[in-house]
Amino acid sequence: MRRARIGLLVLAAILLALPLALPNAFYFDVVNRMAINAIVVLGLNLLIGFAGQISLGHAGFFGIGAYASAVLTTHFGWSPLAALVAGAVAAALLALAIAPPIFRLRGHYLAMATLGLGIVISIVIRNEATYTGGPDGMPVPPLAAFGFEIGGEREWYWVLAGLLLFSVWACQNLIDSPFGRALRALHGSEVASQVVGVDVTRYKVTIFALSAFFASIVGSLSAHYVGFVTPNCAEFFHSVELLTMVIVGGMASVFGSVIGAVLLTALPQALATIEGWETVAFGVILIVSMIFLPKGLVPTLAAKIGWGR
Amino acid sequence: MLAQLLQFVFSGLTVGATYALAALGFTLIYNASHVINFAQGEFIMLGGILTVVFLASGLPLPVAILLALLIPAVAGVVIEKLTIEPAKGAGVESLIIITIGASLVVRGLVQVWFGKGAATFPAFSGSTPIAVAGAALAPQSLWVLGSMAVIVVALWLFFSRTIAGKGILATAVDPLAAQLVGINTQRVLLVSFALAAAIGAAGGILLTPITMTSYDVGIMLGLKGFVAAVVGGLGSGPGAVIGGLLVGVIEALTAGYVSSAYKDAVPFVLIFVILFFMPRGLLGPKTTERV
Repeated sequence: MRRARIGLLVLAAILLALPLALPNAFYFDVVNRMAINAIVVLGLNLLIGFAGQISLGHAGFFGIGAYASAVLTTHFGWSPLAALVAGAVAAALLALAIAPPIFRLRGHYLAMATLGLGIVISIVIRNEATYTGGPDGMPVPPLAAFGFEIGGEREWYWVLAGLLLFSVWACQNLIDSPFGRALRALHGSEVASQVVGVDVTRYKVTIFALSAFFASIVGSLSAHYVGFVTPNCAEFFHSVELLTMVIVGGMASVFGSVIGAVLLTALPQALATIEGWETVAFGVILIVSMIFLPKGLVPTLAAKIGWGR
Repeated sequence: MLAQLLQFVFSGLTVGATYALAALGFTLIYNASHVINFAQGEFIMLGGILTVVFLASGLPLPVAILLALLIPAVAGVVIEKLTIEPAKGAGVESLIIITIGASLVVRGLVQVWFGKGAATFPAFSGSTPIAVAGAALAPQSLWVLGSMAVIVVALWLFFSRTIAGKGILATAVDPLAAQLVGINTQRVLLVSFALAAAIGAAGGILLTPITMTSYDVGIMLGLKGFVAAVVGGLGSGPGAVIGGLLVGVIEALTAGYVSSAYKDAVPFVLIFVILFFMPRGLLGPKTTERV
C-alpha cells in the first residue's frame, strides 16, 4: 500500500522532470505515444492480469473511440468532448452486451471470441468508407473544449502525463478496494471465489466494460493528438502490441504496465532504421519473455529485490 | 438462379477446403498437446510463397511443391522445439501468446525476404472452366477438393492402420498413460507439428492460383481455419473437414447474396453463434470440466 504510493510519487516526479530532459518535439512525441499506450495497457492489464481474462481484440475498442472522435466531429458536427464520451459509452455498452455470453467461455474460446470481435470492428471501419474513409483513414480535428484548444506535442504532454498519473492512481485504488480483491481471487481460483460468495460473472463483465471504456477514451485522445486515424489502430496487430506490453511489463502489475508500454513503444523507434524487422522483433520478444520471464519484467525484478508484488 | 447458387457453392467449397486443411492442422496439434497453434496460418502462407519462389527459380512444379511442403514441415518442428517445448507446463493463455509470437516471426521474416507484394502461379491444369449445370467450375477447384479428399483419406488410414498413428491418438486421449505404455510423446508432438504444417502448406499451395498469396494472407486463413475447427468441434477430425467446408460455403453465399465487402466478417459472426448455442461445435467430444 505504502510502496504503491511511493511508486506514484516517483512517477509524478519523473513526469515533472522529463520535459527538462527532452531536447525537441520528436522526443515529446515518443513520450506522448508511450503515455497513450500505457493508459490502454493499464486497463487491459486489469482484465488480463487481475481478472485472468485474455483479450485479443482490445484494439477494437481503441478503434471505436478513435473513429467516434473522427466521424462524429467531422460528419455530424459534434463537439470533441461529446464525441469522446459517446465513443467510450458505446464501447462500454458493446462490451456489456457481449460479455455475459463471452465469459461463459474460457481459454482458447475466450481468446477466439475477443479476437473475432476485434476483427469484426475493424472490418466495419474498413468497409463504411463514406464515413470512415475506408482503408485510407481520415483526418481528425484538434481537441477543443471549453474554449481551449490543445495543440502541439508539449501541450499534449501535460494532458497525457496528467491522465497517466490519474490512471495509475485509479488502478492502485481499484486493486486495493474490495472490488480489486475479488478480482484477484477470481484469477487465483474461479471456483473458490464463487464458493466464498464472489459474483464471478458480474466482476468479469464489469472489468471488461471498464477496460473497453478506458481503451475507447485513449483511442479518442490518440486520434485528436495524431490528427489522423487509419483502420490499423483497430486491427489485430495493434491488439497483439498491447498484449505484448502487458506480458513484457508484467501481468497484474500496475507499474509493469507502464514499463511495458514505455519499452515496446521505444522499440519501433529504435528499429526504424532496419525496415521490416519490427514484426520479427515483436515475435521474438513475445516468445522470449513468455518462456524466460513468464511473470514479466517488473514483478520478476521486484521479487529479486525482495519487494514482493 | 440455380446456376448462380451452384456457382457460389463451388467457390465456397473450394475456399472451404483450404479452411478444412487448416482446421485439420489445428486439430492435430490440439489433440497432441492441447495447444492452439496460432501460427497455423503462416504455414498456409509459406506453402504458397515458397511454391512461387521455387517456380520462379526454374524448378519444375512437382519439385517446387514437394519443397514447399517439406520446408514448412521443418519450420513446424523448429517452432515446436524452440518455443513450445521450453514452455512446457505453461497455461493455455501463455501458449497462445507464444504461438502468436512464432507467427509474427515467420510473417516478419517472409516480409523482409519476399517483400509485401502479392504473387501467384498458373493453375495446375489450365484455367478453361468446366460447365456444370450452367455454372463454371475452375479445374483448380477440382484439384483443391480432390487433394483435400486424398489428404483426409490418407490421414484416416494413418490414424486407423498404423502404429505411429495410433500412438498419436493414444497421446491425445491420455498423454501420461501413453508414455507409460512406451509411446514417445515428445516425438508425437514433433510429428503432429510437422504434419499440421505440411497439411496447412498444401492448402496454401492449392489455393494460390485462385486467390493469390502474399506475406500477410496467413492471419485471415489461419483464423478462419480455427473458426472451422471450432464450428466442427475442436479435436474432431471429421468435424474439422465439415466445419471448413461449411464456413467456406456460408462465406461464399454471403458474398454472393448479401455483401461481398462483409464476407470476411462471416466466420467471426458464425463463431459467436456456434460458441453461444453449441459450445462443443457440431461434432465435438462431450466433455465435462473437472474443477
